[in-house]
Amino acid sequence: MTALSVIDISRNFEGVQALDHVSFEVAPGERRLIIGPNGAGKTTLFNILAGSYAASDGRVALFGRDITGLPTYARARLGLSRTFQITNLFYRLTVLENILLALQAGRGAASPVLRLLQQDRTLIARADALLEQWELSELAKHAAQDISYGQQRQLDILLAMAVEPKVLLLDEPTAGLSAAEVPRVLTILRSLPRDTTVLMIEHDMDVAFELADRITVLHQGRLLAEGNVEAIRNNPQVAEIYLGID
Amino acid sequence: MTFWLVQALNGISYGVLLFLLASGLSLIFGVMKILNLTHGSFYLLGGYFGLVVLQETGSFILAVLGASLAIALIGVIIERFFLRRFHLQQLPQVLVTFGFLFIFSDIATVIWGANPQTMPRPELFAGSLQFAGFYYPTYRLFIIGFGLCVATFLWWLQDGTRVGAMLRASVDNEEIARALGINVSLLFTLVFGLGAFLAALGGVMGGPILGVYPGADFEVLLLGFVVVIIGGLGSLKGALVGGLAVGLLDNFGKVFFPELALFTIFAPMALILAIRPAGLFGRE
Amino acid sequence: MSAAGASSSVKSRGSAALLLTILVLAVLPYLLSTYYLGLVIEILIFALFAMSLDLLIGYTGMASLGYAAYFGVAAYAVGLLAMKLHWSVWLALPAALIIVGLVATLFGLLALRTRGSYFLMITLALSQVAWGIAFGWRSLTGGDDGLPNIPRPELAADWPLAGDRSFYFFILLLVGVGVLLLAHVVTSPFGFALRGIRESETRMQALGYNVWRYKLAAFIVAAVFAGLAGALYAYYNRFVSPDYLGVFRSAEVLLMVILGGAGTLIGPAIGAAVIVLLENVISAYTERWLIVIGTIYILVALFAPDGIVGFVRDFHARRAKS
Repeated sequence: MTALSVIDISRNFEGVQALDHVSFEVAPGERRLIIGPNGAGKTTLFNILAGSYAASDGRVALFGRDITGLPTYARARLGLSRTFQITNLFYRLTVLENILLALQAGRGAASPVLRLLQQDRTLIARADALLEQWELSELAKHAAQDISYGQQRQLDILLAMAVEPKVLLLDEPTAGLSAAEVPRVLTILRSLPRDTTVLMIEHDMDVAFELADRITVLHQGRLLAEGNVEAIRNNPQVAEIYLGID
Repeated sequence: MTFWLVQALNGISYGVLLFLLASGLSLIFGVMKILNLTHGSFYLLGGYFGLVVLQETGSFILAVLGASLAIALIGVIIERFFLRRFHLQQLPQVLVTFGFLFIFSDIATVIWGANPQTMPRPELFAGSLQFAGFYYPTYRLFIIGFGLCVATFLWWLQDGTRVGAMLRASVDNEEIARALGINVSLLFTLVFGLGAFLAALGGVMGGPILGVYPGADFEVLLLGFVVVIIGGLGSLKGALVGGLAVGLLDNFGKVFFPELALFTIFAPMALILAIRPAGLFGRE
Repeated sequence: MSAAGASSSVKSRGSAALLLTILVLAVLPYLLSTYYLGLVIEILIFALFAMSLDLLIGYTGMASLGYAAYFGVAAYAVGLLAMKLHWSVWLALPAALIIVGLVATLFGLLALRTRGSYFLMITLALSQVAWGIAFGWRSLTGGDDGLPNIPRPELAADWPLAGDRSFYFFILLLVGVGVLLLAHVVTSPFGFALRGIRESETRMQALGYNVWRYKLAAFIVAAVFAGLAGALYAYYNRFVSPDYLGVFRSAEVLLMVILGGAGTLIGPAIGAAVIVLLENVISAYTERWLIVIGTIYILVALFAPDGIVGFVRDFHARRAKS
C-alpha cells in the first residue's frame, strides 16, 4: 500500500493555475524529494497535503485513507506531520517546552479535558532524552526566540519528528542556513527512522540528490519528471528548466 | 403603503449615516489593519463641534465642513503620535483607541453637559417634499442623496485615482510600496484622517435627525461594528450594503418589536457569522 | 537569557509571599473597619474576575472586548434566583454558573467563527446584546433600576451571613477556591496547550491539536470563573444593574489585566487591586473617572505594555545584568 497518494491535484488562485493535475505515489519508507524552480507549486502542494488549504480538484490519500476533506489537526493525528518554510515555533516558550507540547499532542492529551495530574514526569524525561539525542540539551531552558536561526530551524524539524509521524513533510529544511549549519541538519535528516516516509522540498541540489530515493520534479504547476537520482540528474528537460533560469 | 415607504426611507436615511461611519472604520481597517475604537468619538465630537459652529456662524455648510475637518485633524494627530508606533500590533492599538474613546466621552460630557441637544435643520432642507401622496422630510432625502454622493466619491478615489492605486499597493505589499517610493506612512496618516472625517460627517449630518447626546459614541460604535460584521471589514461595498441593512433592520425592528430592539440586529449578525464569518464582502 | 523557568529561590520566595498574603487576608477582618473590609472584598472579587480574563487574553491570546457579559449574566442569575425563586446560595450559585456556561457556549460558538479584529467586534456586540436585554426587559430585570435587595447568602437555616466578617470569609473562601482552580487550569496540560495556541495556532494544528475546541473550552471556562466573580459581587452589593454587563465594566477588567501584566495570573490580581483602590481614591475628588481610565489605558500602551509584573521583571533582569 502506498504511504501517500496524490491524485490529480489541481489548485488555482484567482486565475493563476498553481497546480495542474499533479499525481504521484510515495511508497512507505521512501525519501521523496520534490524539486523545481521557484513558482513551480511545491509549497502549494505541501499546504494542500497538510490541509492548510483545499485543492480546487483532486484527492489525497494517506495509507489508502482519503484525507482530502480533513482539517490539518486530523491529518496530524493520522500520522502526517510537517515542518514550515518560515520557521514556526512557540517563540516565547523554552526549547524544552516546545518539545513538550509536541510530545503532549502525540500522547492524545490533545483532548481538552482537564487532567488532575500536573506535567507528566515521563513526558519531561522523554523530552530531555530527545534533546540529548539531538545535542540541544544546553538550550533546553532558553526561549526559542533567543536561540540562533540555525538552531531554530533544527527545532522546527525536531518538533515535527517528535510526534513520531508516519509521513513527514519537510519544507525546505535547509532554507537560510549557512554552509556551516547544513551538515548538522543533514545528520538529523539522515537519522530519520526508515519506517517514516519522508517528502522533502529542497532547493539545494546536493542535499536533494544525497538524500533522495526518488525525485519528483514540478514545473509551473505540472509534474515534469519523476525518477531516481540518476534518471533526474541526466534528464535534459530538468537541466533546461534549471539552467534556463540560471 | 405610505407607512412602508416612510419607514423604508427612514431606515435608508439612517442606514446612510451608518454607512458614513462604517466606511471610515472599514477604510482604516482595510488599509492599516487598525480596529479604530475611537471612531465612535469622532462621530460624537463631529456632532458637538458642528453644533458649536452652527451656533456661532449660523451656517450649516460651515458646520459640516468645519467640524469634519477639525475632527480629521484630531484623527491625524492621534494616528501620527499614538498609533504609528504600534504598526500592526493589535493589542496596543486597542488600548490606545479604547483609551481615547473614554477620554473624549468624558471631555464631551464636561464641556457640553449630560443633556441631549438638538440641532436645527438647515433652512434649505427644513421642509417636506410631497410625493406619492405623502409628505416626507426633505432633510432625510438630502441625507440619502448626500450619502450616495460620498459613496460614489470614495469609490472613485479607491478605484479611479493614483492615490487609490498607491493605497491598494500599500495594502497588498507595504515593503514593495515603500521601495517604489510611495510615502506609505503619510498615506496611512491621511487615510486615518479621512476615516475620522467621514465619521464626523456622519455625526454632523445626523445631528438634526438624531440629536447630539452623550453615549452616542458607544451606541454608534457598536452599530458600526455590526455593519462591518455583516458587510465585511475593509470593503466599501460592504459598508454600504451593511449600513443600509442595519438601518432598515433597526428601524423596522423599533417599529414592530420595540422591546426586542437589539435582537433585530443580533439575529442577522448571528446568521452572517454562521454562514459567512468574514461578512458579505469581506476578504477571508 | 531564559524567558521561563523560575529559579528555585524565586519559587520559594513566591511561596512565602503567598503564605503571607493568605495570613494577612485571614486576619484583616479583625483589623479593618467595614468600609475598608468592603474594599478588600471588592479587590478579591475583581482579582478573580481579572484572572479569569487573563486565561483568555494572557494564556490563550484571545483578546476580548465584551467580557463583562459573563460577570453580569451570573450576577443577574443569582439575583433573580435568590429573589424570585428564593433559592438558597447552595442552589443559586451553581445554577448561575451553569447558566453562564450555557451563555458562554452560545456566544463562543458564534464568536469563534472569527479571529482577530472580527473577534473583538463580535465579543463586544454580543455583550451589548446581553446588556440590551438587561436594560430592556424591565419586567424581568428591572431595567435601568436594576434588582435591589438581594439577600445575603444563608449557608443554612440558622446560619445567615449577615455579619460583615462571616460574609468576608465566605467571599475569601470562594475566591480562594476559584483562584486555586484557575491556577490549576493554567498549569495543567490544557493550560500548556493554550499557551502553545497563543504562540502559534498553525503549529499547534500541525502537531495534532484541535485548536478550535481548545479555544472554545478556554472561552467557557474563563466565563464561568468570571460568572463566579459576578455572582459574588451581586451578593456583596445586594444589587444588580445593567452596569454589570456594560462596556465600561468590560473596559475596566481588561485594563486590570493589561495594567497588572497579562499571562501571569498574579499580574491581573495586582491590576485589580490598583484599579479598585485608585477608583476609590479618585472618585472622592472628581467624577472624571472615565478620563482617568482612558489615560491609564494610553499610558500603559505607551510605557508598560507588559504591565506592572512585566515592568518589575524587566527591572530585575536589567539589574541582574549589571
